[in-house]
Amino acid sequence: MTTLCDKTIHELGALLGKGEASSVEATRACLLRLEETRHHNAYLHVDPKGALTAAKEADLRRAAGEPRGPLDGVPVALKDNMLVAGLPTTCASHMLEGFIAPYDATVVRKLKAAGAVLLGKLNMDEFAMGSSSEHSHFGPVQNPWDPARVPGGSSGGSAAAVAAGSAFAALGTDTGGSIRQPAAFCGVVGCKPTYSRVSRYGVVAFASSLDQVGPLSKDVTDCALMLEVIAGHDEKDSTSAAAPVPSYSAALKGGVRGLRLGLPQEYFIEGIDPEVRAAIDAAVATWRGLGAEVVAVSLPTTDYAIACYYLLCTAEASSNLARFDGVRYGRRAAGDLGLREMYGATRAAGFGQEVKRRIMLGTYVLSAGYYDAYYKKAQAVRTLVQRDFAAAFATCDALVTPTTPTTAFALGERLADPMTMYLADVFTVGANIAGLPGLSLPCGQGSTGLPIGVQILGPHFAEATLLRIGRALELACGEDRVRRLPPRASARASVLGVPA
Amino acid sequence: MSRAKLTRPAAAEMDLKVVRHMARLAHLTLDEGELSTMGRDLSRILGYVAKLDELDTTDVPATTHAVALPTAWRDDLVRPGLAHEQRLGNAPEPLGEGFGVPKIIE
Repeated sequence: MTTLCDKTIHELGALLGKGEASSVEATRACLLRLEETRHHNAYLHVDPKGALTAAKEADLRRAAGEPRGPLDGVPVALKDNMLVAGLPTTCASHMLEGFIAPYDATVVRKLKAAGAVLLGKLNMDEFAMGSSSEHSHFGPVQNPWDPARVPGGSSGGSAAAVAAGSAFAALGTDTGGSIRQPAAFCGVVGCKPTYSRVSRYGVVAFASSLDQVGPLSKDVTDCALMLEVIAGHDEKDSTSAAAPVPSYSAALKGGVRGLRLGLPQEYFIEGIDPEVRAAIDAAVATWRGLGAEVVAVSLPTTDYAIACYYLLCTAEASSNLARFDGVRYGRRAAGDLGLREMYGATRAAGFGQEVKRRIMLGTYVLSAGYYDAYYKKAQAVRTLVQRDFAAAFATCDALVTPTTPTTAFALGERLADPMTMYLADVFTVGANIAGLPGLSLPCGQGSTGLPIGVQILGPHFAEATLLRIGRALELACGEDRVRRLPPRASARASVLGVPA
Repeated sequence: MSRAKLTRPAAAEMDLKVVRHMARLAHLTLDEGELSTMGRDLSRILGYVAKLDELDTTDVPATTHAVALPTAWRDDLVRPGLAHEQRLGNAPEPLGEGFGVPKIIE
C-alpha cells in the first residue's frame, strides 16, 4: 500500500468504486503532497477551493450511483498555457501576469465534463519555448528525482507534478518534444498525439502547425484514459480531425506479437549516453521476446530535423506572439509613450530572453530577402522528413528510439548556449515536423538513479498501437509502481511501512 | 528554387544594422548590449541551420499541412460570444467600451 496520491488513476478508480477512498481524500492527498514539494516549483497557481468543491460533487455523484467515468473525481493539473475560466493563465511569462481566462479551453471543458478535479496550473518554459523549464519568469522547476537537475521542458511542471504525486495526471503541450522529453527526464509516461487529434482551442499558440496537447501520467493505462477523454473533433479548431476516437484503454490488451518494430539507425549514433543505449536495447529485447519482429530502418534526414524545426517554430512563434502588444490583454509598459514605442517597450519588458531570441529569429527568417533561403527551404525539408517517415512505416508498424540522448541534465548547464539546449530535442522534433503521434515511457534508470525514457513513434492516428506496445513493455517489466517513485516519495512510502 | 538564389550570410557575426531592423519589425525595444548579444546568438543559430543547404530540395514541394485535413466550413451565422465586459476584463487600459491606445494623430 502506498499513499493515496502515489496511486495511478485506475487504482484510485477501483478504490473509489469500492468506497474505500473518496475524491475529497484523493484531492487532499495531492494538495498535501503539493505543499511538501513546493520547492519543486511545479505549480504556478493552485485552486484548493475549486478542487475540493469539484471533488465533493464527484463524491456525491458516486454516492448517488451516477459516476461519469474513469476520470470522475480524479485530481489532475494543467500546463499554464491552457485556459480555465476564472483562473490565471500566464504561460510562465511576465507578459501575462494577472491575466484571468474568460473561457475554458476545449480540453478543459472535456476534463470538467468527465468529472476530473482541476488542482491548478503548472510551471513551464515561457510560452512553451525551452527544453528545461528554466525559462520561466517564475523560476525554474526542479526534477523530483534530483533537485539539482532539470525536469525537462517545456512541460516540466506537468512532468514534475505527476512524478511527485501532486497530481494523478497532467496535460502538457508538445511542439518539438515538450511532453515526451520531460516525461523521460521525470520517469513518467507522456503522449504527443497525432497533429489534429486533440483540439487546440483555448491553448495559447506557440507554433500552430506543430503544437499538440497531450497527457502525462504515471502509467500507460492512465495515459489511455486521459487521451480518450481529451481527443476528438472540435468545431472551434479548424485543424481538428473528424476521425472517430477509438477506445484507447480497450486496445491496451493486444500485446505485440506479430507487430514489426523499426529501429532507425540514425537515432543510435555516437553521443548517446551508453546507459540510455543499454536501456533501449533491453526494452527492444523485451519486445522481441514477446513476439515482436524487430527490423532496421533508415531516416536519412534525421540530422537535419533540428535545423528545420527551429526555422519553422520560430517563424510561427514570431507571428503568433505578435498579438501580445499591450492593447487587449497582458501588461503594458508605463510612461507617456507613442504607439510604436509602447509596443516595443511593452514587449521588451514582458518577454524573457529566450522568447525574444525566437521572435527575432522568426522575424528574420520570414523577412523579405531571407524568406526563400530559410522558411521556404525549411518547408521543403519538412516534406523530405515526412517522406522518410512514410517510407519507414511502409516496412514497420512503429519506430522505437531513445526519447532523449541523455538523462536529465543539471540546472544551469545549458542556459548559456541556446544551441546545446536545442539539441536536447534531437529525437523528438521529427514527430512534430511530420505530425506523427509519439509516446515516451520509462524503461530503466541510469547508475545515478535518473529515469530513462523509450520513445515509440507511429503513423498518423496510430495512438492505440503505441499505447499497446508501451503497455506490453510495462507488463513485462512488472508493475511495481514504488520502484518508479522519485526518492523523496519513496522515502515517504517506506515510512508508511512499504519497502522503497 | 535554384540553389544559386540562396543568399545566406556566412557564419560571421550578423550585421548590427540587420539586428536593429529585425528588432524594429518585431516591435522589441532592445538596447545596444541586447542587440549585440542577440546578433551573436542569431549568427550562431543561423550558422547551424545552414546545414540544410546540404539537402537538394529542387523539385521538392514545400509542406503546407503535416496532416491532410479537409477545409473546415460552417454556415455564416451570428452566434453568441464573450460578453463585452469579459472582452475588456484583461485590457491594461479599457476606455469606455473599447481598448485605450496611445494617441496616434496629433
